Amino acid sequence: MAATREAMLEHWNQPSFWQRLTLRDGLWALLVLAGSGTVWSLYQPYMDGYEIAIQFGATLALIGWGRYWPPAQGFTLAVAVLSVLALWCYGADYELRKSAFLLKYVLESQAAFMWMSALYVLATVTYFAALFSRSAFIGKTATALTWSATVMGMTGLLVRWRESYLLGADIGHIPVSNLYEVFILFALITALLYLFYEDRYRSRSMGGFALLAISGAVAFLLWYAFGRQAHHIQPLIPALQSYWMKIHVPANFIGYGAFALAAMLGVAYLLRARVEARNPNGLLARVLPPTELLDDVMYKAIALGFAAFTLATILGALWAAEAWGGYWSWDPKETWALIVWLNYAAWLHLRLSKGRRGAPMAWWAVIGLFVTLFAFLGVNMFLSGLHSYGSL
Amino acid sequence: MGRLSGRPFLRPALTVYHPEPVNGAPLIVSKGRPHLTPANSFVNETTLGKPLRQHTLGWVLLEFFGSMNLAITLLVVVAVASIIGTVLQQNQPYPDYILKFGPFWFTVFNQIGLYDVYSTGWFIAILAFLILSTSVCLYRQAPGIWREMTRFRTSVQIDSLRGFPQQAEWRLPDRDSEVVQADITRAFRGFGYRWRVQDHGDHQIVAATKGRYNRLGYLFTHAAIIVIGIGGLLDGNLWIKLKEWRGELAIETRDLSARETPPISRLAPGTIPAFRGNVRLPEGATANFVFLRLRDGFLVQELPFAIELKTFQVAYYDTGQPKSYTSEVLIHDQEHLGDQPLAATIRVNHPLVYRGYAIYQSDFGDGGSKLEMKAWPLATARLEPVEAKGEVGGVIKVGGPTAGALSLELDDFRLFNLLPEPEAQPGDRKFRNFGPSISFKLRNAAGEAREYLNYMAPVQMGGRWFYLSGVRARPDEAFSYLHIPVDAHNSPERFLRFNARLHDASGLEKLLTPPVDGEHPDFQRDLQRVRLNLVELFTQGGFMAITGKAKAVVPAERLQEATTLYLNILRETLAEVFVAVLREEGVNVEQELGERENAFFNDALSALAALPAYGSPFYLQLTGFQQVQASGLQVTYSGGATVVYTGFTLLIIGVFLMFYTSFRRLWAWLAVEDGAVRLILAGTSNRRPVEFAREFAALQAALAQRLGLPVISPASSSPAAPAATLKEAH
Repeated sequence: MAATREAMLEHWNQPSFWQRLTLRDGLWALLVLAGSGTVWSLYQPYMDGYEIAIQFGATLALIGWGRYWPPAQGFTLAVAVLSVLALWCYGADYELRKSAFLLKYVLESQAAFMWMSALYVLATVTYFAALFSRSAFIGKTATALTWSATVMGMTGLLVRWRESYLLGADIGHIPVSNLYEVFILFALITALLYLFYEDRYRSRSMGGFALLAISGAVAFLLWYAFGRQAHHIQPLIPALQSYWMKIHVPANFIGYGAFALAAMLGVAYLLRARVEARNPNGLLARVLPPTELLDDVMYKAIALGFAAFTLATILGALWAAEAWGGYWSWDPKETWALIVWLNYAAWLHLRLSKGRRGAPMAWWAVIGLFVTLFAFLGVNMFLSGLHSYGSL
Repeated sequence: MGRLSGRPFLRPALTVYHPEPVNGAPLIVSKGRPHLTPANSFVNETTLGKPLRQHTLGWVLLEFFGSMNLAITLLVVVAVASIIGTVLQQNQPYPDYILKFGPFWFTVFNQIGLYDVYSTGWFIAILAFLILSTSVCLYRQAPGIWREMTRFRTSVQIDSLRGFPQQAEWRLPDRDSEVVQADITRAFRGFGYRWRVQDHGDHQIVAATKGRYNRLGYLFTHAAIIVIGIGGLLDGNLWIKLKEWRGELAIETRDLSARETPPISRLAPGTIPAFRGNVRLPEGATANFVFLRLRDGFLVQELPFAIELKTFQVAYYDTGQPKSYTSEVLIHDQEHLGDQPLAATIRVNHPLVYRGYAIYQSDFGDGGSKLEMKAWPLATARLEPVEAKGEVGGVIKVGGPTAGALSLELDDFRLFNLLPEPEAQPGDRKFRNFGPSISFKLRNAAGEAREYLNYMAPVQMGGRWFYLSGVRARPDEAFSYLHIPVDAHNSPERFLRFNARLHDASGLEKLLTPPVDGEHPDFQRDLQRVRLNLVELFTQGGFMAITGKAKAVVPAERLQEATTLYLNILRETLAEVFVAVLREEGVNVEQELGERENAFFNDALSALAALPAYGSPFYLQLTGFQQVQASGLQVTYSGGATVVYTGFTLLIIGVFLMFYTSFRRLWAWLAVEDGAVRLILAGTSNRRPVEFAREFAALQAALAQRLGLPVISPASSSPAAPAATLKEAH
């Protein structure tokens, strides 16, 4: 801390926001600014005003995120180093992905996603192993695996962004444009949210459950890539060529990720409540995370998801006003977003104003995941509408 | 309602919506502490003092609409009702629904408005209830929240303060109460609190608050729902419904042009505050109106300006997928622009906003492309095609002895047809451009029509090339394709000549005439007759006709054998005709036929067999075109948009205020007892209990150090972060 404790007491003052900034915060901000400045100087001629504004916002967000949650700094650095390394390996030749060793086996986006997938599944198993063995070392290993998987996934997404440009200058776009890409985003965001709560609550006991949702996403991804060949980079259809995509989609997936996390914690809650009722001294009742913790994190996740989802839906409405001729068209995807929103609004009303907790709320959070899942996947699979680009 | 009666109106407005339990951390609850609701325990302000009111109707209604249970029920009901419109595709042409449900269910579903759920009375009513319920909640909560934000609670009972999870108590001998109070107010300010002191005679209370904007979160979010609801209502179909109901407006269900539409179905500019209409403009055309599609008809909305489409262009990626749709338009507006029209480019995601009207690139189609075609007869011996010219959207009368009275309706022309690769492995997402195509209908005198889709260029399949022509009898069927094999000159001509020869009875007879000096002349003559019959049967009904015939004339036990024999004879005969066709072409047929000719013959046989089901007396080959495109523009006017966007802003600010700030209160209770100052410090926060516990601990430590005194009752004010408690969980 910049201000000494004595000075603080003498003046009865809590240090102000600026006084609380440390040298590390300053260095972090400078580093992000330097990185962002380099990117800006390289790509500024290709960006329009909106995109520059988005980059500016993203830079501030990254500085704030790193300060608010220091582990984000290491994560960002690792992703940046690996991504730059991949870009350097590529140069301007997309075909190098088949020959250059580092690209072919590690950094090429598809290779990175495979690493991500393997590491997430491994992390899931390790978290459960840690839960039952109650070994701190295994727990730390699980956390490290999750972080590694997330670094690989994020690197893969950034590299894929670059690859799309290598494929053709007019094809290049941010990789959040189809179901395959957003599923990766979903896994990453869910993992980051979980890691955040793990860090804040100093508890790894929820890990297995959170990672189970991610492993589910990974299973879908693998089927989608190998069974349906969905991993190829496709050019953007005209409806998606908009700066809105860069903010609408990620905001939405913070919501989806948080809701998924809440649902998995709901599952853990129900399990714990059940085993406790049967045998309070059994192994399961001892190792499963306590219901109070689950209840609290579940609420936090739903609140965060709700805030992000509100923002995302509004951003979507503003985009729709620019692309489809109106901010609201009762398109199936829009309508389902509203249904998800109403569902969690009802949940939050019960929780906040009626103070409801316990198993019914956990059940609701679990059911909420199915509603969310339908909005996210089912609409694209079973219903037709304007949002057809996400189709299977 | 029964639930409501008998309950005294004692709940102060403040406690109806007190958020997260104020004592916060559920961990503390788990330790066996009772679930406190301190908000109740210290409020002794105005609301409690109100006399019990009679259960008047107004009160009952207010209580009903303001109830949280109703609000939650409505949230769920809106969600469930919304599902209907996503399961059933909305606003489709009515015939599609009739086809889908049959006439009975079609009428039933139409009555309850399932084809446009979101503008039916019942759906609007549910939404209105939700808005009403929100309004009542807001009306009842707002004054209390306002008081909470602006007033300090300087009257609290000492027992209430001791009941808080965050509290500490000191006894300070030989201190001046005023000095202690000054220290406390300074500490409160230092921690960012606003405070007020009240002297109650025997004791003083310093009440402080921080983060009161958190309470705006409630007001903003709930006001936002009302604002968005009102804005949405302004932009909805309500105005049109109102005008219809008053008889000022009637939707037009006939197939009329905009000009022919009568005044009762027209809306002058500015008549309604919001609309979304469409118009399709061919290149070079101008329109000053749009169509509003409504149920099974439309209205014409006039615009205060005219849009002229100069050009429409589709750009493609190298892969063939569309990259951009672009309309170059001119806006003509004598009043505002004079003689100088406004030139603008409209693309997807880049609408033109002119005088509050937004013009969008919505779709595209054909604007009357000029087509050159050859109609090759399929059912006569004649080979020469009839050349025809036409325009998309036009109708050509087809006469002639074999054709009967048919009309050829040219429906569409497409320059590109990017379709899933037909030979792809399952799961492989490859696309292929099939090139230009025309679609048309052939309608007979009875009005029955078959729809055709013909590709201009041959398509490679299985290593061979074919002209594709799709046919279907009903619009909801998939096309079945006729595969016409391509000859050495890349033309369908060889196949068509082959087919024509099969219809040339005299030619066939001559070709199949047995040699004059052959053996068994009678048998040969019989065979010739059989062969001619088989060819005729085949051209009329394909292979099915042959097997059908065999079934009719041959006893069952020999059917198999006879059918095989017939088919062999037919195949041999057709091969003979084919060789004759090749000979005509100048192909050397003295040696064995090459692999290509063999493959062609087999493909031709399949195509010939399919011809009777093809149902057209000719094959229409597209030979040339001059594309004229049309751009589908959507024009919208949204009077409620600014209202809705205001609501959006309120909602976002409100949600974040509500979840990510917290309203905190601190109290210091001071009294002089037995020459010492008794100080009780207590606090509560409506959100983020962990952070508040930390802050309270810091304040407590700072004060203790400043006052140089130990804490008397540290029991419940332990600032232990839950993180520490949770460690035991793992």
